[in-house]
Amino acid sequence: MVRASRRSRLQRYRRTLLRFWGTALAAELEYGANALVELLAVLGNLAGSLFVLSLLYGNGRSLGGWSWDAALVVLGLYTLLDGFTSCLLQPNLSKIVGHVQNGTLDFVLLKPIDSQFWLSARQVSPWGLPGVLAGLVLIGVGLANATPPIGWRDPIALLQPLGLGFTLLLCAAAILYSLWFLMAGLSIWFVKVWNATEVLRTTLVAGRYPVSAYPPALRLLFTFVLPVAFLTTVPAEALLGRASTGWVAGSLLAAVLSLIFSRVFWRRALRHYTSASS
Amino acid sequence: MRRSRDRARRSWRIARALLSSQYATMLEYRAEIALWALAGVLPLIMLGVWQGSGAGVAAGLSPQALGRYFLAAFVVRQFTVVWLIHVFEEDALQGKLSPQLLQPLHPLWRYLASHLAEQATRLPFVLVMLALVALWQPGILPMPGPGRLLLAVLAIAAAFALRFILHIILTMACFWTERAAALDRLLLIPYLFLSGLVAPLSTFPPSVRALAEATPFPSMLAFPAALLAGEPVNVAAGFAGIGAWCALLLPIALLLWRTGIRRYAALGA
Repeated sequence: MVRASRRSRLQRYRRTLLRFWGTALAAELEYGANALVELLAVLGNLAGSLFVLSLLYGNGRSLGGWSWDAALVVLGLYTLLDGFTSCLLQPNLSKIVGHVQNGTLDFVLLKPIDSQFWLSARQVSPWGLPGVLAGLVLIGVGLANATPPIGWRDPIALLQPLGLGFTLLLCAAAILYSLWFLMAGLSIWFVKVWNATEVLRTTLVAGRYPVSAYPPALRLLFTFVLPVAFLTTVPAEALLGRASTGWVAGSLLAAVLSLIFSRVFWRRALRHYTSASS
Repeated sequence: MRRSRDRARRSWRIARALLSSQYATMLEYRAEIALWALAGVLPLIMLGVWQGSGAGVAAGLSPQALGRYFLAAFVVRQFTVVWLIHVFEEDALQGKLSPQLLQPLHPLWRYLASHLAEQATRLPFVLVMLALVALWQPGILPMPGPGRLLLAVLAIAAAFALRFILHIILTMACFWTERAAALDRLLLIPYLFLSGLVAPLSTFPPSVRALAEATPFPSMLAFPAALLAGEPVNVAAGFAGIGAWCALLLPIALLLWRTGIRRYAALGA
């Protein structure tokens, strides 16, 4: 009986999600010119990032012990996650602030659906897809040329790094989501911090380079305070087949903890929320 | 004679009223502005990357020169941020522009005043961040003499003016499309990579450097930053460059404003 009701609830959320995204896509496609702008932005950013990377790597130098191709995988993962941000995180979570300011959060809370789910999944934007694609291409190019070469002829041996890399990428997405949700949710306390999420986006740029490229103090900061290391460096190491157990475990733990924390945080935030008029 | 003096006095009164009221508004948003100041840490992150790589030394930059340059770039970036298109888009879409058009003052002055007020609000946060960096690596704080400092402040102000004019041109797209703010993302890209924000221009290959210097972007950042960092730099040529770009872009901006505002009136009717 309990199981049946849980399944029907899951189905209800799935159906709702499809409806949400259908309407959101229909609305976004009204602005077709944005596709061009986004495509140009992704290509321009990619060209610029590769140019800066080539400056850093000129004359056979390496960056923090990473080869050029390995660094391409890191850059690819960053581009991919940035695309994911434009697709899902930015369109949804940057609106929380507005809901708090205008008091429309009340309407969200009244809906017969989990409020965190609604706030995190109501919108979807197709304009992040060029970034996702470009990221996948970069990762592919980097992996194909990486030394030691990944054994393309032996698919079984290939499966392990790819599977682990994919799992860690999911962890990275979970951590990224929790960070965004946390920053956006803080607006319940500090109504005025719209754009806190923009700050997050600009500081996460650090993930374009492997974390070992930074001086030790920044490395600590990017691992424990702003977990950039788990977003790009750790999944890249797994994809390149040189993952270490400690980092993998740390990444899994960080993902689970950050998701739980975002949930607890939202519960507390709602208890603190007193609507716009009071 | 008397009329021109009256006019000057009136302009002064308007400027003072605009600046003080905008400053009061910005103080209200100081938490947000602190966050914005924090969002400008990109040059510091890039400093970390460049210090860890041998590329700076290969281009003839000592670690200290690299640190000074990026710290100066951080300061220049903080005081040349322009967010005109985002507020203007909202104002144009929601019709908030209409009452402003009725006033006997060009609406752009109000936006300019709010940018200046935002910079004044930002100043203490930037100083705190600089102090923190100085604690971390005391050697890299730029210490220009008073003459240099004055020149650098002037260069930053000129760079801000140039960026503001360029953004007016971009912002006028708000009169033609509803989602013009997306264009800001596009303009940000050449600014990011060609201005010297993420890599000093001296590390560029000569051909790319020549290309970058043919655009207005290095005068917006690399020139004031080099001045502030105390590097040898051709001061006259730098200011002349900014002046030439302003002289070129300002008439275009004003022309676009005039055409755009006519369209806006047509939309409202």
